[in-house]
Amino acid sequence: MTGPMSRRTLMKGVFAGLGAASLAACSSPVGAGIAGTPIDPGTVDYWNLFGGGDGVRMQQMEDAYRKANPGTPLQAVTLAWGNPYYTKLTLATVGRKPPNVAVSHLTRMKTLQAADLLEELKPADLARHGMSAEMFNQRAWNAGLVGGKAYAIPIDTHPFVLFYNTKICGQAGLLDAAGNLAPIAGPDAFTEALAKVQKVTGQFGATHGINGDTATPWRLFQTLYSQLGGEVLGDEGTRVVLDDAKATQVLSFLRTLTVEKKLMPGSIDYQGAIALFANGAAGFHLNGEWEISTFQTAKMPFGMTLVPNVYGGTYAVQADSHTLVVPKGGAAASGQLDRSLGFIKSMLDQSMTWAQGGHIPAWLPVAQSDAFKKLTPQSNYAAAADSAVYDPPGWYSGSGSDFENIMGSAIGAVEAGQLAPDAAIAQIRTKLSALASTASPV
Amino acid sequence: MTITADYETVEDRPVRPVDPDTTRVTEHGHARPAWLMMTPFLALYLLFIIGPSIYMMVMSFFDTSLTRPGLGGFAGFGNFAEALGSSDFWSSMWHTVWFTILTTPPLVVLAFVFALLADRASRGRWFFRLAFFLPYILPSAVVALIWLWLYTPQLGLLSKIVTGLGLTEPNWLGDPSLAMWSLAFTTVWWTLGFNFVLYLAGLQDIPRDLYEAAAMDGAAPWQQIRRITIPMLRRTTSLVIVLQIIASLKLFDQPYLMTSGGPNYATRPALEYVYDMGFTDFRTGYAAAVSTLFFILVLAVSAVWVFLTRRQEQGF
Repeated sequence: MTGPMSRRTLMKGVFAGLGAASLAACSSPVGAGIAGTPIDPGTVDYWNLFGGGDGVRMQQMEDAYRKANPGTPLQAVTLAWGNPYYTKLTLATVGRKPPNVAVSHLTRMKTLQAADLLEELKPADLARHGMSAEMFNQRAWNAGLVGGKAYAIPIDTHPFVLFYNTKICGQAGLLDAAGNLAPIAGPDAFTEALAKVQKVTGQFGATHGINGDTATPWRLFQTLYSQLGGEVLGDEGTRVVLDDAKATQVLSFLRTLTVEKKLMPGSIDYQGAIALFANGAAGFHLNGEWEISTFQTAKMPFGMTLVPNVYGGTYAVQADSHTLVVPKGGAAASGQLDRSLGFIKSMLDQSMTWAQGGHIPAWLPVAQSDAFKKLTPQSNYAAAADSAVYDPPGWYSGSGSDFENIMGSAIGAVEAGQLAPDAAIAQIRTKLSALASTASPV
Repeated sequence: MTITADYETVEDRPVRPVDPDTTRVTEHGHARPAWLMMTPFLALYLLFIIGPSIYMMVMSFFDTSLTRPGLGGFAGFGNFAEALGSSDFWSSMWHTVWFTILTTPPLVVLAFVFALLADRASRGRWFFRLAFFLPYILPSAVVALIWLWLYTPQLGLLSKIVTGLGLTEPNWLGDPSLAMWSLAFTTVWWTLGFNFVLYLAGLQDIPRDLYEAAAMDGAAPWQQIRRITIPMLRRTTSLVIVLQIIASLKLFDQPYLMTSGGPNYATRPALEYVYDMGFTDFRTGYAAAVSTLFFILVLAVSAVWVFLTRRQEQGF
């Protein structure tokens, strides 16, 4: 019979398909979730949050691991970064279906640990895989310890850096003989450098994201405020220790740059700030080093260096680290912990690939290697890893947290000329005090 | 012998008395398959709407945390008291209401006007129908991306136009007093098509002979609109208004994607406050209490509207 498909044939086909799908589901994560069985025993289930250039490089590293370990299947899941990622990781772990290894920001890892969602990584287990405390950048390693115990393996430090357009800065006479940005020290020198660049561009000296972006204003403020030795939270976030005089000094300086001297746009979003720098409307750009790929793709002449030591104290710069963690229960199956640690070690060994994305390797065998020292512009700002200032500990703090929103909203409003520095400080104090006095939900 | 019954008049036919039991049986006979057909929907509705709503109300009385299993410690009315005493809660509620006030009138009036104009177009009506409805099929993320670039200071299209005219460029999304207007404008462009289509359908239901009769009596076009079109569209209008108010109160995507609730919290709506409390701060119990309060607000607005329209309809 060659007539059109009858309804009965169609229904049969649909039901057969559904049946096959439900059988196949038994070996899928969904099936395992319903049946309560471990997800694919023998594999490494790995969650990360890397998109863009980082995502591509992470996949290269995963492929290298697969090639080297054909007996251990690797199941990698990439999720959108930010709160949705941490929500999923938390719920999967609370629901006892955690991945074996997951990426977490160092500042968010502390919250996961406080919620008892992470396995401790004992020195003996790490030693079996050729890892020990002194093989990591000490700043990143120590920042990740909780009560002297390790719960996370840092893979990098990603600081706030200064991007500069080498052509514009050359015309402004800001480069040294080697073609690198000559050191800038002190608020006046920084202001002057921006002014010189502005003369060349005709528009702005520097840019950074403000509209719809609370993280970047916070990163800039934290960098300068830490150079003054200021702190925001104390006692694990239960006390607000904001130093009004120092905060006013930094906020007034930022306000001068944007509102009064118009050296930086006080109102531009993240993408717009990048676009202004990329098309030569500004000679400097303040952002995390991860935007390196954006400007490499734009094929523009640029360099990267440390954010200047504006206040001349001990050098400090805002940063965070990507770490690899083993969620609680993620190492329950026998041999699973060793498989997971083997995977983590493989990622560390490939730190050179990871460094292409601008990140400073936390794994010293790579960070101190000649190959990395020759990698520019990354090695120009590698010193930032030793001066990194992480977000203060607290259940509402860390990358992408309410703390960063509260700080960044007020700082951005000062830069946009909508709030006076003292009003911004009052607003920060009110909002942070409310959180500091709330019982921790973690 | 003839088998045809011969009746003098229609009234002489034996009339079977209407048996109330029989009608119930027939209704019942229809009701069974009806319920059966609705079962899949009802099951999903119970599972994904009613169930979670009840769970939300229960959770709002506990200090539930995202990072711990179970409901956590009993909080009584603590979460509600905290919300009602929080200025962040009240400002986010006001932002949602303010957005509803800004968007509902233009989305109703403009949809009506454009539907009227499109209905009058004798040729190319399909084009206008398509043109007004097209933006509505875009996902919110696409709309946000398009308008973010339009609104971008220094580089955006609107910026170029305004500065090209020699005016100083307003800070569309960066000015706390203007940002909500910008979001409202985007929303009107985006969702106008839905109300437009409802009005167009309503217009096509109005019998043409009413207009012909009115024209014969010498009614001018404006009088026809005022005396025929608007009264005949009364039911459409009340439907459009109630749907629009509920849609506007659901505000989340536009500020979340375009301003992150900023600048300085000036556009954070109630639902983003819930999101921030529940998912950023892990305080799901408190977030549930705020959701419950928001639910009461939407319920109250809907109830008032239903009451008003019922009374209006009874008046006619």
